[in-house]
Amino acid sequence: MKQISRIYTVLIFVLLYAPIAIMILFSFNAAESTTKFAGFSLDWYRQLFGDAEVWLAFKNTMVLALLSSVLATLIGTAAAIGLAKMKNRYLRSGVQTVTNIPMMNPDIVTGVSLLLLFAMVATIFGTGVDRLLGFWAILIAHITFNLPYVILSVAPKIAQLDRNLTEAALDLGCTPLSAFFKVELPGIMPGIISGFIMAFTLSIDDFVITYFLSGSEYSTLPVYIYGLTGKGTVTPDVYALSTLLCIGVLALLVCSNVMQRRMDAKQRKKTA
Amino acid sequence: MNKKRSFLQSISAAPHMVWAVLFIVTPMLFVLYYAFTKEGGGFSFENFTNLFQAIYVSTFVRSLCYALIATVICLLLAYPLAYILAKLGEGRQSLMITLLMLPMWINFIIRTNSLISIVHILGFFGTPVSVILGMVYNYLPYMILPIYTVLSKIDRRYLEASMDLGCTPLQTILKVVLPLSISGVISGITMVFVPSVSTFYISTALGGNKTTLIGDMIESRFLGSSGAINYYMGAMLSLILMILIFISMWVMNRFSDEKDGGVIV
Repeated sequence: MKQISRIYTVLIFVLLYAPIAIMILFSFNAAESTTKFAGFSLDWYRQLFGDAEVWLAFKNTMVLALLSSVLATLIGTAAAIGLAKMKNRYLRSGVQTVTNIPMMNPDIVTGVSLLLLFAMVATIFGTGVDRLLGFWAILIAHITFNLPYVILSVAPKIAQLDRNLTEAALDLGCTPLSAFFKVELPGIMPGIISGFIMAFTLSIDDFVITYFLSGSEYSTLPVYIYGLTGKGTVTPDVYALSTLLCIGVLALLVCSNVMQRRMDAKQRKKTA
Repeated sequence: MNKKRSFLQSISAAPHMVWAVLFIVTPMLFVLYYAFTKEGGGFSFENFTNLFQAIYVSTFVRSLCYALIATVICLLLAYPLAYILAKLGEGRQSLMITLLMLPMWINFIIRTNSLISIVHILGFFGTPVSVILGMVYNYLPYMILPIYTVLSKIDRRYLEASMDLGCTPLQTILKVVLPLSISGVISGITMVFVPSVSTFYISTALGGNKTTLIGDMIESRFLGSSGAINYYMGAMLSLILMILIFISMWVMNRFSDEKDGGVIV
């Protein structure tokens, strides 16, 4: 029985990793084929580093991820604080439901709905929709789909806050505002940071919604990769770029994990 | 003294609420508006009646079938693995879960592209099998994780009690483990079914001409060749897709609620 379950586990993990392994293999292919390996070469990677369009898409991806996650974290954290204090139960659950719509909705519907919003604004102002698409449209979209994740990771930390600490700070002469910054904000910081990291990665990773709003000029890395892939054909340079992107995401994950561990350890020290 | 503070706190949700109205509620209303407007303007049910054309009906049916098959395959593959993982020692468990989550962080386009080589090498490129493989490969971890989470929280004593009371291991799995894990199964099904039924790249990359899915159709109504573009029909298709998904999620949630209640009683 144990043997069978071991073999089964290995098989599933092979299924999960084999395509990625084959992708990495063919990104080093000397020939321009993704089905027959003709020898090892770094040509595709060399080509990528000289490609201005790739760098532009990379820059776009990073700028968008950083801006959208910072803004979503600010708006979302404020919202989580406000929602926790909201007296009207119906309003609160209403806001929460609406916020979660982009999380529940299939990406394609969120993309379509935002595209229609810009199309409508374009008709009102009498311009083509393409002029409204691109950076700003995508930024708005990314903030929108990042918000529920930020709120979901901050809200539980607010619920865990010790009210007595805030009151002690007030008694000891803090103004309400400084009590917030000195006592409450540090308490919810882990939630804010994990919300920020979540938003950042989701923004880098998004394809469907970005694709619908990118217009004809603008592209992020996933949209750029999509544009390079034809119907059922893929070239080694796409695999090379994809491999680099995977490594980048992996590095990001390791960094955020290490950071989170350190923060947790710090907190444990403080409370102990 | 606390007045200023509570005022600040009560308006701190305001930017978000404005944002949600502008960029979540309004766009949804526009989907509704476009869906019931005919090309050139004016309220109409034309797009709705157009839905019953053979091309749309067959595409919807195909999407549902592929997504259902992919979900069932994922469930069958995932459940045993989740069960095996939940029984591992703690250290190995967290290693395996990390390994399981890593591919989830790889971009969807990249994961789908990485299958192109394999499908070509194995020789079933362009068939429904290759599209369904694409769905299973992309979404399998989303089935494994929730089931694993539920299974790892099951109290061992239930299993011991069941064995003591004379159940065989198989009976224990069927009568104790399975009912207790139903909420994980339900959320796994939702997490695989929803993206599978609404996907639009998988069939373009891996399928042939006869595997167009509803997502591809919506995409081509908005961003396709100029002949295919029709925002109004695209909005109607999106609306129907959204309703379809909300209905299935609602049914699933009810199903899992009842089961959970039953277990507690």
